[in-house]
Amino acid sequence: MGEIWQGLTAAFWLIVTLDSDLVEITLRSLYVTLTAVAIACALALPLGAWLAIQRFRYRRIVIALLNALMGLPPVVVGLIVYLFLSRQGPFGALNLIFTPTAMIIAQVIIVTPLIASIAHQAIRELWADYHDLLISLNATKRQRMATLIWDARRALLTAALAGFGRAIGEVGAVMIVGGNIDHVSRILTTAIALETSKGNFALALGLGFVLIGLAIAVNLMIHGLGRTEREGTW
Amino acid sequence: MTAILPLSVHAAQVRRRGKTIVGPIDLDLDTQGTTIVIGPNGAGKTTLLHMLHGLARLSQGTVAWNTPTQDAQTKQAFVFQAPVVLRRSVRDNIAYPLILHGVLKSEARRRAEDWAARVGLAEALKRPATVLSGGEKQKLALARALIREPQVLFLDEPTANLDGRSTREIETILHRTAAEGTRIVMTTHNIGQAQRLASEVIFLYRGRVHEMTRAEAFFKGPRTPEAAAFIKGDIVE
Repeated sequence: MGEIWQGLTAAFWLIVTLDSDLVEITLRSLYVTLTAVAIACALALPLGAWLAIQRFRYRRIVIALLNALMGLPPVVVGLIVYLFLSRQGPFGALNLIFTPTAMIIAQVIIVTPLIASIAHQAIRELWADYHDLLISLNATKRQRMATLIWDARRALLTAALAGFGRAIGEVGAVMIVGGNIDHVSRILTTAIALETSKGNFALALGLGFVLIGLAIAVNLMIHGLGRTEREGTW
Repeated sequence: MTAILPLSVHAAQVRRRGKTIVGPIDLDLDTQGTTIVIGPNGAGKTTLLHMLHGLARLSQGTVAWNTPTQDAQTKQAFVFQAPVVLRRSVRDNIAYPLILHGVLKSEARRRAEDWAARVGLAEALKRPATVLSGGEKQKLALARALIREPQVLFLDEPTANLDGRSTREIETILHRTAAEGTRIVMTTHNIGQAQRLASEVIFLYRGRVHEMTRAEAFFKGPRTPEAAAFIKGDIVE
């Protein structure tokens, strides 16, 4: 109980004093996660829409695979990305290992199936409603996808938030490919892991509370921007 | 503008899972009037409309418009029994077909406002379409179908589940639309409505065209016992 209180106190002072290390780590966490989620959305939303409207031979297998990939173990993703980006790997010449870019790549791989799967589910239901109308209006495939993505935007916002939630709290993959290097690739989760291993529980807890606060704040902000619940019937 | 009518349907059939839903059907639609398709449940009325509009794939036969199919499809519109509304405002719902076909958003919205006024939805322009009543949704669907000024308008029981007032409002719009030269092909269960709107009647029975004749002649003296029983309100299976 004492450590939780110390953690809360530490978190309070870290925030109130705008501790430079905390600000740097927090901004890097946000940068890595938001970039990864944005890239994942750009890939996953059209993929989810395409899977909802396109009929092809192995569609069910692809959807089952996509759903299975939602449970990808981050550590394994981290290991594979590490092998690809390490000096001896096929993309070693790009010098991306132990950089925020490598962390973004790993997070994109982790959250894309999650967002695509939720998006597919939401868009498939909408497609069942819109199918005859859009065919009747001679909408092209691209127009159908754009219409479905726009009209399912609130459900897709939830998909993006689920992706954000998974990415912001991810530690295994980013630790492997980022290396948790101070002032280079240290983010909130890897910093918490480091402080815990050093036995610095108060600081680890403090960082943990900041992480939770950050996740809640971003969620609330996106809900506010998306006007979710204000036009609940849409 | 090239006329897509007359339409000629020859030996057209729609089959699903080995079962014939409609056909074989032979019929011709000329350029004027309102054709009402009537018949008991399961006769294939909806499938017939879907077939003519290209929503149901032909198993055999032909549906030949006066112009190539792709061109003809852009000059038709369809209003479904359960109105489909997009999760947008009333105005954006009505403007949607124009935007799909490259009309500038501002121009599409301006024309949508005109059409909303014509169907009595001027007050609801900015409301989310999903919160409209059943009658209002159907009026929205009509405005959205008519905004591209189709040559042929298909309607699948557009007043099913609507009250008398909404039905009358929809019928008024349809009368006006037909008077402006749009060819209407519509299904209904309502014999009174068929008598009010039809210039021609197709009586569909077990997937086949049992009778296709001028409305007056049909209601005065149907040629088949099934049609006579249906008009009388007897149960026809």
